[in-house]
Amino acid sequence: MAKLKYTPFNLGRWLVWGGTALVMILLPFVFTEGFTLTLMSQIGIGVIFALSYNMLLGQGGMLSFGHAVYSGLGAYFSVHALNLMAKGSFVFPVTLLPLVGGAAGLVFGVVFGYVTTKKSGTTFAMISLGIGEMVFACSLMFPGFFGGEGGITTNRVIGQPFLGISYGPAIQVYYLIVAWTLACMAAMFAWTQTPLGRMANAVRDNPERAEFVGYDTHMVRFLTLLISSFFAGIAGGLNCINYEIVTAENVGALRSAGVLMATFIGGAGFFFGPIIGSIVFFIMVIAVGAMTKAWAFYLGLLFLLIVLYAPGGFASLIVMHLPVLKARLMHRLWLPYAAALATGAVLLAGLVSVVEMTYHYSLESKTAPEMTLFGFAFNVTDTLPWAVAIGLLVGGFVISRFAWKTVGRAWGDVVHVVQRQSA
Amino acid sequence: MKHQTISTAVELKAVTKSFGNTAIIRGVDLAVARGERHAMIGPNGAGKSTLFNLISGRYPVSGGDILVNGESVAGLMPFEINRKGLSRSFQVTNIFQRMSVFENIRCAVLWSLGYKYSFWHRLGGLKDANLRAEEVMESIGLKRRRDTLAGVLSYAEQRALEIGVTIAGGAEVILLDEPTAGMSRSETADAVELIRKVSQDKTLIMVEHDMGVVFNLADRISVLVYGEIIACDVPENIRGNKAVQEAYLGTEAH
Repeated sequence: MAKLKYTPFNLGRWLVWGGTALVMILLPFVFTEGFTLTLMSQIGIGVIFALSYNMLLGQGGMLSFGHAVYSGLGAYFSVHALNLMAKGSFVFPVTLLPLVGGAAGLVFGVVFGYVTTKKSGTTFAMISLGIGEMVFACSLMFPGFFGGEGGITTNRVIGQPFLGISYGPAIQVYYLIVAWTLACMAAMFAWTQTPLGRMANAVRDNPERAEFVGYDTHMVRFLTLLISSFFAGIAGGLNCINYEIVTAENVGALRSAGVLMATFIGGAGFFFGPIIGSIVFFIMVIAVGAMTKAWAFYLGLLFLLIVLYAPGGFASLIVMHLPVLKARLMHRLWLPYAAALATGAVLLAGLVSVVEMTYHYSLESKTAPEMTLFGFAFNVTDTLPWAVAIGLLVGGFVISRFAWKTVGRAWGDVVHVVQRQSA
Repeated sequence: MKHQTISTAVELKAVTKSFGNTAIIRGVDLAVARGERHAMIGPNGAGKSTLFNLISGRYPVSGGDILVNGESVAGLMPFEINRKGLSRSFQVTNIFQRMSVFENIRCAVLWSLGYKYSFWHRLGGLKDANLRAEEVMESIGLKRRRDTLAGVLSYAEQRALEIGVTIAGGAEVILLDEPTAGMSRSETADAVELIRKVSQDKTLIMVEHDMGVVFNLADRISVLVYGEIIACDVPENIRGNKAVQEAYLGTEAH
């Protein structure tokens, strides 16, 4: 891929942050259903978690397979704190409960992090995986703390409402999450502009040279992990308030893999990547998950496509277009993009049909062979629907390839022009 | 400061280094005075780079002791030795490729200005660090490449940045490993001037193959052959030294 020069948008920074805040505040007025509120709340928490994860992966070059340990333990400590608060034996405002989670994350960061961060690369990844498994195993060993298979339940409504805020209604919890998400986003962005944040990049890129300019790379990684685990713990605390239940899943490998996927889909190379990634990830998990049993298949496929064809994630796709936008050359791309989109839609329709019909066939062909897909009702044991589905898939694939070639050529031309202009 | 009274900046005492059964450095004694420009020459494989790696802490010594400003640094980590005022460059350019020229140099000044692992300072607000980084960029002649990624600089520019990153922290002892390797004649001349300028009032030890550079810059020269220093003297005497001519120039002069 061609190297393009771009300047990060410092100018519009206030606009971007203000706009983000405004969108988050106004979203519930646009999407009024309870379902979307659940989704948006989860995305907010996911953004904090993924940004904290990207401190390790993107900023510090540490691939962790066990980041859920910190958010999960943060959630557990929050849920116990909340239950104590309900009993009156611990006085603390629910609004600040995520700080309990953050503190727990930080403490476990100290406990596990020092060993984990001794090495980077594969060693770090393996140790993080091991610690994740250990903590998950502990959840079954100490049912008193972890609540066994049922987990620990709680009630976030305690004491008298303050200014009408009881955190009973989901909308109040949503705005609590918005406030925490904005604060954490700002804090984590600020961190990237500090000496430690910059040296984390330096250690990621060239640990040897970092040592020869006076930095202990182990210490840089360790401190980065501490700050990351603090924010992960905050996400855990919010999870506890949002769901009023914390189970062993919260510290599990699946959760750790999820945040890795979200971060990677969004793009680890840019600060805002994990934000996009969380949005896409939770739409796939919650919204697509509500529609079809095959959601995990689609998520896996999306992840695969990103890794293969856009390893910088959605963020890199956006950033890639900034110089083109600046050079006012986007108009040359619209037509090829429209073609790619249209042919891609055919391919996707074919793929979804085949996948959904396969699921339906293997699960329900004996009891209920009728199914509805894209508004068409048909019998999954008939040949014609299969012929159509496979036809769409193969035909879509063939025309997509043509469309992508056109996109590739148009992109090459545009990049060429941009480079000539900047030279 | 204690070390100001010590006139020897770097001292090697019977330093040895073996990799497995192979002895690479076989008992090196050397004292480099404060403010001296010292060149280390010798045929390929003589152990010059290894000696640099020992002094800077990249490898641990197998035996003997190394003193920087009178303090033993044997067994210390590279960052600990750097904090004692010794900085080095690398034979193969070793910079932060994905950072701009400015960021490269600023990373190299942060520790020396006491910002350490701070996450409560904003980089943009660090007047002294930013000013120092600008100064260093000016002195290595890369000011107009300020925001260019280090990885896309030309070779000679990368070598200049390599020196910039090395000197940015204001270390009193500077080790340069083949600073002019692979450069054209005019680039080498520029590099010599740059090295002369940045090593002003500092102690410089350099490994160099270009004899023009060596005789131009060095106050004293050590000749390393098979892990031992066979001569250590001022340039005129090295030039006339029979053993040196046989062991070193004999193999190189063709």
